[in-house]
Amino acid sequence: MITETSLIANLTLFMLAIFIGFEVITKVPAMLHTPLMSGANAISGISVVGALLGANVAYQGGDTLVSGILAFVAIVLAMINVVGGFTVTNRMLNMIAGRNKRT
Amino acid sequence: MDAWIPLGYLASAALFILGLKKLGHPRTAPRGNQYGALGMLVAVVTTLVDMQVGTEGGANWGLIVAGLVIGSIIGLVMALRARMTGMPELVALFNGFGGAASALVALSETWKYIEDPALALPTGLARQVIVVAAGLSALVGWATLTGSVLAMFKLMGGIELRGKWFPTPTWGPRWLNPVKLFMLLGVVVLILLSIGDPTNQAYLWTIIGLSCVLGVVLVLPIGGADMPVVVSLLNSLSGIAAAFTGFIFSNPVLIVAGSLVGASGLILTFIMCKAMNRTLRDVLFKEFGGTTREKVTRTKAGSDPEEVAMMLDGARKVIIVPGYGMAVSQCQHQVKELGDLLQERYDTEVKYAIHPVAGRMPGHMNVLLAEASVPYEQLIEMDEINPEFPECDVALIIGANDTCNPAAREDEGPLAGMPIIDADLARTVVIVKRSLSVGYAGVDNDLFYMDKTMMLFGDGKAMMTDLNNAVKDA
Repeated sequence: MITETSLIANLTLFMLAIFIGFEVITKVPAMLHTPLMSGANAISGISVVGALLGANVAYQGGDTLVSGILAFVAIVLAMINVVGGFTVTNRMLNMIAGRNKRT
Repeated sequence: MDAWIPLGYLASAALFILGLKKLGHPRTAPRGNQYGALGMLVAVVTTLVDMQVGTEGGANWGLIVAGLVIGSIIGLVMALRARMTGMPELVALFNGFGGAASALVALSETWKYIEDPALALPTGLARQVIVVAAGLSALVGWATLTGSVLAMFKLMGGIELRGKWFPTPTWGPRWLNPVKLFMLLGVVVLILLSIGDPTNQAYLWTIIGLSCVLGVVLVLPIGGADMPVVVSLLNSLSGIAAAFTGFIFSNPVLIVAGSLVGASGLILTFIMCKAMNRTLRDVLFKEFGGTTREKVTRTKAGSDPEEVAMMLDGARKVIIVPGYGMAVSQCQHQVKELGDLLQERYDTEVKYAIHPVAGRMPGHMNVLLAEASVPYEQLIEMDEINPEFPECDVALIIGANDTCNPAAREDEGPLAGMPIIDADLARTVVIVKRSLSVGYAGVDNDLFYMDKTMMLFGDGKAMMTDLNNAVKDA
């Protein structure tokens, strides 16, 4: 499925997303550094999509038990990153930014 | 149905961008986090639909759903049970899991050809792309895992393992830098060799082994106070690892979200470095303060809590300056108790001066003091509180050193130019600290030796408890 066209398209996406990533964060107050890091970290749990696709392929194939197990572990770890990351960020923001509103 | 899948990924990518944008502003930050979570939900659901529709006879759901549910429950429990003070370690650990997930996906993709010889290896361009993407994903993913786990232990080790003030176990001679470079080059060469022979297990295990060691040697030489920067950098790397796995599956949302986090994580890393007046290169490769460490030759007599309690008795305005030491000794509750005592007994005005990089993570002091339920209005950022010090009777410094070292106002030295808390302008300065030893920057602090300074030598928690008792007895 990987052709020259799809590779070029993917490289274009990669490059444009990097530019957006550089621009999207400019001035961040220090107290938000940790929640921002934690939130971005939760988004990097997007590797769960790769794990799902990998698991799907492995479970269709014939004799691919070990790769199936590896993909399963990847799903679990990525989901811990996603759910844990967003939950922890939410807790931190409730403590920091939440109090901000009360004043 | 086919058109809906790219659209789903597009929506999720847009939500991630909006989420990151909003996370950078105090008022919109909680909303930004929700956008990010929603984007993730859309991405996962879209992928599940894609799997069901795109696979003949539908996907094999049992293990997949089990994995999603188990991971979610573990993540939720860990995030809810963790104490607020343990946040930095938890973020580092989660980050390691994300990197490991990408690395395992790459391994799983390679391993299926090894264990099932009937499976035809891709050829031509497809093979080159898959092998290189899987190899880079393995390199960055395994290094992120071992680096993050070590960073977590470094953050925790500061509290329990050793009783020193900046107690991070750190090792990194100068010759280690070229070694790191050679290991990196070795991995790249092995990845290129694997294109010709993708099922070569010797290549595979060497790549994994070298990547794991790389993660360790990258973090090992870095001191405790720089850990936030390192965790932020590792966070950026785990995004890049996810983007590489996106090339294996030719999946747009993996590429976009991964590189988005990779780039914004790098920017955040630079912002953090700037707040500490350091460059990323210095953090990663240069010994800081180690060799030029000043020997402390001066002495200063310590005071006792009773003396300080009497001092506080007459104070009308007290500014508390918390630092790394408060985080290490976990004495935020005692600090808050003292603040309350002063307000109740003597009607003293109590404020907290928050330096942007005090503690083990930016914003760490805010989180710790919020955990001890100090009202938000009392936490004042450095720029706002500094003009108030000249009219302040007592500046109470708890385990802070470099962040209020007047040496930073001079033009030379490791601290030059770093913004500091002007605690030395207060009428009296009380410092709770273990010893006169230098701070992370390795610069002796003149503040300790001023005539108006009273030193309370001891562990933060024990000393604050004694001080509270002394105030109660006074």
